[in-house]
Amino acid sequence: MTSQTFPIDKENEGRSILKFLVAELKPKGKLLTPFNIISLPIILLGIGLIVLRYWHGLGAVTNLSQEVPWGIWIGFDVVTGVAFAGGAYVVTFMVYILNMRKYHSIVRVTVLNGFLAYAFYTGALLLDLGRPWNVVNPIIGNNFGASSVLFLVAWHFLLYMLAELIEFSPAIAEWLGSKKAKRILSGMTIGAVIFGITLSSLHQSGLGALYLMAKDKIHPLWYSEFIPILFFVSSIFAGLSMVIFEGSISSKVFSEQITEKTHKSHNTIVHSLSKVCAVTMFAYFFLQFLVFIHAKRWDLINTPMGYWFLVEMIGFVFIPMVMFFYSYRTANILMIRIAAILTMIGIILNRLNVSVIAFRWDAAVHYVPTWMEVVVTLAVIFTEVWVFRWVINRMPVLRESPEWAKD
Amino acid sequence: MSIDRRIFFKTAALIGASLTLGKSFGASAPEGGEVEFRGMLYDSTRCAGCQECEKVCAKAHGLPEPTETPEAGKIRKTSDTRRSVINAFTTPNGEVYMKNQCMHCNEPACAAACLTEAMHKTKEGPVIWRGEKCMGCRYCMVSCPFDIPKFEYFSTNPKIQKCDLCYDRLMEGKIPVCAENCPAEALKFGTRRELIAEARKRIAENPGVYVDEIYGENVAGGTGFLYLAGAPFKDLGMNTSLQNSSYPELTKGFLYSVPSVDVLLPPLLLGIYAATKNNHLKDEEDHD
Repeated sequence: MTSQTFPIDKENEGRSILKFLVAELKPKGKLLTPFNIISLPIILLGIGLIVLRYWHGLGAVTNLSQEVPWGIWIGFDVVTGVAFAGGAYVVTFMVYILNMRKYHSIVRVTVLNGFLAYAFYTGALLLDLGRPWNVVNPIIGNNFGASSVLFLVAWHFLLYMLAELIEFSPAIAEWLGSKKAKRILSGMTIGAVIFGITLSSLHQSGLGALYLMAKDKIHPLWYSEFIPILFFVSSIFAGLSMVIFEGSISSKVFSEQITEKTHKSHNTIVHSLSKVCAVTMFAYFFLQFLVFIHAKRWDLINTPMGYWFLVEMIGFVFIPMVMFFYSYRTANILMIRIAAILTMIGIILNRLNVSVIAFRWDAAVHYVPTWMEVVVTLAVIFTEVWVFRWVINRMPVLRESPEWAKD
Repeated sequence: MSIDRRIFFKTAALIGASLTLGKSFGASAPEGGEVEFRGMLYDSTRCAGCQECEKVCAKAHGLPEPTETPEAGKIRKTSDTRRSVINAFTTPNGEVYMKNQCMHCNEPACAAACLTEAMHKTKEGPVIWRGEKCMGCRYCMVSCPFDIPKFEYFSTNPKIQKCDLCYDRLMEGKIPVCAENCPAEALKFGTRRELIAEARKRIAENPGVYVDEIYGENVAGGTGFLYLAGAPFKDLGMNTSLQNSSYPELTKGFLYSVPSVDVLLPPLLLGIYAATKNNHLKDEEDHD
């Protein structure tokens, strides 16, 4: 069986898979780009801080306290990062379940983005665990805390990462030039998509459900029994805004990989996605409004936290929603991109409000992250971008699949 | 709206319960009436604030000896080096002392939150922490309405510090060190049922001395640590705005909906997939 011929390209013929992989590991393109010059020192500093964290304990690098045990490593890296990764389940739903073929060109990059987000941001969770050597306990062994929302979230994360890896794996098979593997893995896609969407709907809402027991600690404007549903609905437009944002950057940075045809269709895709954003944002805004009215929270509005709530709801939900609706007819791509960025800021605000800012808002000493927590977070994000770029430059993600792999 | 939600959750709960074959979520009281929950009754009117309980507690659990003394107007909190503290409060009837430690809830939020069952409600009553299971995620701290679990932030092998009602001593047939050593007999150890009966008796016999309330009887679904006091509990640093139903109850609806979604959503998605699969073929036919 020589038909599995990994490097199918002429230039790679006759080389072993190991040599091929080693060659692929080497960087491609210029090294001294502005992005590299900024990100590399931060990544190195972040690694140093991670060493310090394991050397002297969490207290040495973080501002966490007995009152506020979860800081930005959870509130931003995990809770916000996962919301932004929501694009993968929405886009796979549209392409594979609803059979909307016009979105096919963005599936791979969205799934890759989602997978890396999960791998890195939940990977960053290990930094936050006090006793990380016990992290496998809920997965193996007899320590199933089945009554815990976190148990559920952990399992759904793990299985979802597997599902996303399967969804992305045909691209890996094409990169390695394995026809047989590509055929088998492509056959698994629809199963992975179905379970991926199911797992996503539960862990997106599960991240909100984590805070249900913190009833007395979160400001009432951000606490309601509906947190899980609000988190789920907002993950739809959070993910799609990320897809729009990432697409507008990728199409510039990796423009040489994108064919003229795909490039043209990209604007139509962005326009259609903005419609989905507009409608789901309306549903979300309306739900927030209902929760607000039914809980009779008018008296809380005329307080500093109330103004802060209005900033989030009006400035970063209502206004971008109106912009999305406006571009519904006008197809103004620039306005869509601005709306996507505003929406993303709104999601960051919302997730940080629930998990950090409005959490123990009444405490005497407020939690403010140390510069070290911020640097580690940035290092995680930059490392993810490096890996993203590495994959894009090697595997058929943005560029067309090789001839042999086409249907 | 809350009624709609309740109905929704009840339906979801029924489906969930049938799917999980009656396996119950949430930390609940163990079945079988042989062992009753043990607890502690703290009578603030008897406490003289001598801190003997703090000292013996620190000694028994290898923690540093307390140096601060209770002072009215200054709240001392439990910490990673203090499992139990005495605070002083000024009331119209003079200075009153209150002890603060883990409440040993009947249905603890911390144990329901724990994904490794490291936080555990024992059948004897104490809520204990088991280091060999804990991964240090601190979700117990996020969930506990009394802010009790404390984390050793400056340790590379951090532990959760909290009162465990001297569980090891209970297993040897002894009672918690604080109750054993209280010179004023302000602490009484016993089964929760006995303690509630005793507390009611004390209130009935001396209605002028006590406020007519046992803190812990109902709060957060009932706790193993029960309090009697001569002044309203809200003036004695106790959180009186907590709900009376248990905290794990708050996540029950969500947890029950999980098996339903996990089982019902995939076939629905598969159905939609099958229905839309040949969309493009149909389009072509229409164009003919």
